[in-house]
Amino acid sequence: MSRAATTSDVFNAIAEPARRDVLGVLARGEQPVGEIVAALDLTQPQVSKHLSVLRTVDLVHCRSHGRQRLYRLNGPALRPVHEWVSAFEAEWNDRLDRFDGVLADLQRKG
Amino acid sequence: MLANRLGSAVIASRGDLEIVIERSFDAPAALVFEAWTTPSLIRRWWGYESQPLVVCDVDLRVGGGWRYVTRDDVTGLEMGWRGKYREIEPGVRIVSTECFEDHPAGETLNTLTLAEVDGVTTLTVVVLHTTRANRDAQLASGMERGLQHGLDRFERLITPASPPPTNAEERP
Repeated sequence: MSRAATTSDVFNAIAEPARRDVLGVLARGEQPVGEIVAALDLTQPQVSKHLSVLRTVDLVHCRSHGRQRLYRLNGPALRPVHEWVSAFEAEWNDRLDRFDGVLADLQRKG
Repeated sequence: MLANRLGSAVIASRGDLEIVIERSFDAPAALVFEAWTTPSLIRRWWGYESQPLVVCDVDLRVGGGWRYVTRDDVTGLEMGWRGKYREIEPGVRIVSTECFEDHPAGETLNTLTLAEVDGVTTLTVVVLHTTRANRDAQLASGMERGLQHGLDRFERLITPASPPPTNAEERP
């Protein structure tokens, strides 16, 4: 299966650690680019580029407020990532529930 | 109570390379260790209902190897995992390597620790990958298998008369 381009795939967009950092800052609330730059060890052009990628995959929304542009996290776009991790979690939960059942059996038999 | 703990495992990625799995059991650590390392007991919990273990080899000594193979009841597809034991402290800790045989480059170092307090044992497995891509691929594998289970159930639902797999269909 070929990899989707960074600009069309949420998973690839968040594969870049700096973009996860940007999302982490935005998780605290809506902010202008200057605040994101201040919170991270990145230049404004770098942050702007990451924001552009994140907007393309709909992970970040943007609105104008006076002369500022404010960026915010679009939570629902992260859902595929959440489902992807929760499937692995469900698999291990099932396995460890069965393990629990084996332990209970062993203890009943003393 | 067993029922209270169902579904209580916590699975989290940590940093870029690790997956941490944690679950508590109402049982002493020695018994948890036994159930985790004894083949006849492993067979009862490691595989899936439709993908039981057909191989479960455990040579529980430092430098010894382990190998589990599941076979899908419907497709006959076999999947294998193997590794070697690096450290063994009965009832407390096991450090071992693990690789999925279809992707041997993705070997992980797994550290199992057991901590017993007031008869409750907390089991923690830290899976350390060599690259973030491999770590993420393992997380994704759960979804693939989950989807496959769903599709298998769906297939049985729509083809109730499909015959069970026979030995003739097994891989050589």
